[in-house]
Amino acid sequence: MAKELLKGNVAMAEAAIRSGLQAYFGYPITPQTELLEWMAERMPLLGRTFLQAESEVAAINMVYGAACTGARVMSSSSSPGVSLMMEGISYIAGTELPVVLVDVVRGGPGLGNIAPSQGDYYQITKGGGHGDYFPIVLAPSNVQESIDLMVLAFDLAEKYRSIVVVMSDGNVGQIMEPAELPPFQPLKTVYPDWAVRGAENRAKRTLSSIYIKPDEEEVTNFRLLERWHEIEANELRYKEYFLDDAEIVVVGFGSSGRVAFSAVRAARAQGIPVGLLRPITLRPFPYAPLAELSKSAKAFLVVEMNAGQMLDDVQLAVAGRTPVEFYGRMGGMVPYQGEILAEIMRIASESIPLEGDPRHRWAQRVNYGRNGHK
Amino acid sequence: MELTAPTHVVYQRPESLADVPTSYCPGCTHGVAHRLVAEVLDEMGVRQNTIGVAPVGCSVFAYNFFDFDFVEAAHGRAPAMATGIKRLLPDRIVFTYQGDGDLASIGMGEIMHAAGRGENITVIFINNAIYGMTGGQMAPTTLPGQKTTSSPYGRDVEQAGFPLRMAELLANMDGSGYVVRRSLHDPKNIRLAKKAIRTAFEAQVRGLGFSLVELLSSCPTNWGLTPKDALTWIEEKMVPVYPLGDYKVAPSLASLKV
Repeated sequence: MAKELLKGNVAMAEAAIRSGLQAYFGYPITPQTELLEWMAERMPLLGRTFLQAESEVAAINMVYGAACTGARVMSSSSSPGVSLMMEGISYIAGTELPVVLVDVVRGGPGLGNIAPSQGDYYQITKGGGHGDYFPIVLAPSNVQESIDLMVLAFDLAEKYRSIVVVMSDGNVGQIMEPAELPPFQPLKTVYPDWAVRGAENRAKRTLSSIYIKPDEEEVTNFRLLERWHEIEANELRYKEYFLDDAEIVVVGFGSSGRVAFSAVRAARAQGIPVGLLRPITLRPFPYAPLAELSKSAKAFLVVEMNAGQMLDDVQLAVAGRTPVEFYGRMGGMVPYQGEILAEIMRIASESIPLEGDPRHRWAQRVNYGRNGHK
Repeated sequence: MELTAPTHVVYQRPESLADVPTSYCPGCTHGVAHRLVAEVLDEMGVRQNTIGVAPVGCSVFAYNFFDFDFVEAAHGRAPAMATGIKRLLPDRIVFTYQGDGDLASIGMGEIMHAAGRGENITVIFINNAIYGMTGGQMAPTTLPGQKTTSSPYGRDVEQAGFPLRMAELLANMDGSGYVVRRSLHDPKNIRLAKKAIRTAFEAQVRGLGFSLVELLSSCPTNWGLTPKDALTWIEEKMVPVYPLGDYKVAPSLASLKV
C-alpha cells in the first residue's frame, strides 16, 4: 500500500478499523475528536457499531459490555475524559477483558488546556483505576508508529485479555505526515470460550470483577500478576539510537522522545557521544536495558512533557549508579530541539552530582514559573 | 404392584433459575421478581438467547441465581453495559436488573440516555425505597418522612429533596416503548407484574425500544418490619407516592395478549 498524508488521530482510527474493530464507543474531547469523527463516518458504512455516548463514563461501560461478547472494541479520549473512564477501566481489568483505549494526552491538571502534554504518564502507566493491575501502555512518536501500534494493541489485548492503552499526545494526534495504512483484517467469526453471547446448548457463562471471598480475590490478583510477568518477559519494546558508544543517554518517549532524537543527532554532529533510548512500551518499562546502560554511561538525561514522571522509572532502573538529569516542559508546552541540545552540551561539559533530586535542579535552572505565581 | 400415580406438575423451579440458594433476606421480594423474570423467559423460550446485566446493590449476585449468560456491571452503569452488548448482539434478549440506588441515583445518566436512545433493552427496576445492601440508607426513592440510617429523623424534603418517580420520568422519553409500574405486595399484583414483565420482553423482541417495569418491593430487614407488615407498608405507604399504572405503552403493544 502507498503512503498517504494522514493526521495522527485519523490514522489511528483507520488502523483500528482495518484491524477488525467491531464497535467504537466514545465522547468528543479535544485533541482527540477527529478519531471519533472518523469512526462516526466509517463504521456505519462498514456495517459496524459506532455510538456517541452521553459521557466518557457511559462510553467505557459500553465498551465493557461490548468486550464481554468477545468482540474487538475500543474507545478513545483525552486526559480529563480518561480520568472519567478510570472506574470502567478498573472493572475491565478485574474482569480480564481485551479492550483498546487511546489517550491523546493534553495539558493538565483539571481542565488544563488542549495542547500536547505527557502529564498522564503516572495515571496511565501505573494503572490509574483502583485495585492491583497494570495496563499495557504503548507510546507512538509519529503517525506511522501510531498506526503500527494500533494494530499491535488489538493483538496484545486479546493475547493477554488485557487493557492496552495507546498513549499518544496532542502533537502526535494532530500532526499530518505521510504514512502507510495496514491491510484490512477480516472481522472475527470465532469467539473465545469465555465470551458471553447467550448460553445456547452450553452451560451459562458469567463475567464479573467481583470476588467476594478474599482468598478468591487473592487468587485472581495472583493470576493478573503472573500474566503481567509474562507480558514483561515477552512484550518489552523500545528503540535505541547511537547507544553503542554513548556516554550520555537521553531517555524520552512520544513527542518529547522525537524532539530529543533531533537534539541527539545535532549533538552527534558536534562530536558529543550521546545516544537515545525511546521506550515504545511505557508499561512494561525498559528497566533492564537502562540498568545495563547505567553501568557504562556517565550521565542520563530524561526529557518529558511533564514534571518528571517517567523520571521515577529511569531512576529505579539506574539505581543510583549514574547521575540523572531531567528536562521537561509542562502545561502544553513542547520542548524545542535547541533546549534539549543545550542540556546535552551542558551535561557533556559539567560534572553532574549523583545526589539530589533532578527535578529540583531542573526547576532552579529553568524557573519558567518565576513570574507566574498566583 | 404399581404404586406410581400419574403426576401433574403445577409448580417447579423455572429452568431460567439456577438451583442455588439466593442471598436475599427472608421476606424480601427480590426472590419473587427473579422468579417472574425466569418464568417469563422460560415461557418465551428465550433462556439460551438471553444475556442479563446485574447491578451493584442487593442483587449484585443475580448472575448466580439465573441460569443463563450474565455480566456484572459497575454501580449504575448497567444500561451502558447492556447497550454495548445489545449493539454487538442485536438478536439477543438483553436486560438489566437494577435497584433504586443503582438506577435512580448513581445511574441516572445512563438510564435516561438509554431510554432517550430508544435502546432496545429491558430494565427490571426494583424500587424498595431504601439502600438494602449497605444497610438501609436513604435512596432517591425514600418516602418523605421515612427513617433510614442516613435520614435518622425521617427524610426531610427541604434538606434531602423529594422522591424520584422514575417510571413517570422515563415514560416521557421518545425512545421508550413500554414503561409501567407494578407492585409485588400481593398475589393479584404479582400476577399483574408478571404480565408486565412479559410485555416488556415482548416489546424488546418487537424492536419497540426501551422497556422498563418498575416493581414496588419490600425490604423487611431495613424497614424494620416483619415480612407481612412490609407488604402492607408497600400498599399503604408506597403505592400512594408511586401510583401503579401504565405510563407508556407503544400502540402496537396495546393489542398484545400475554
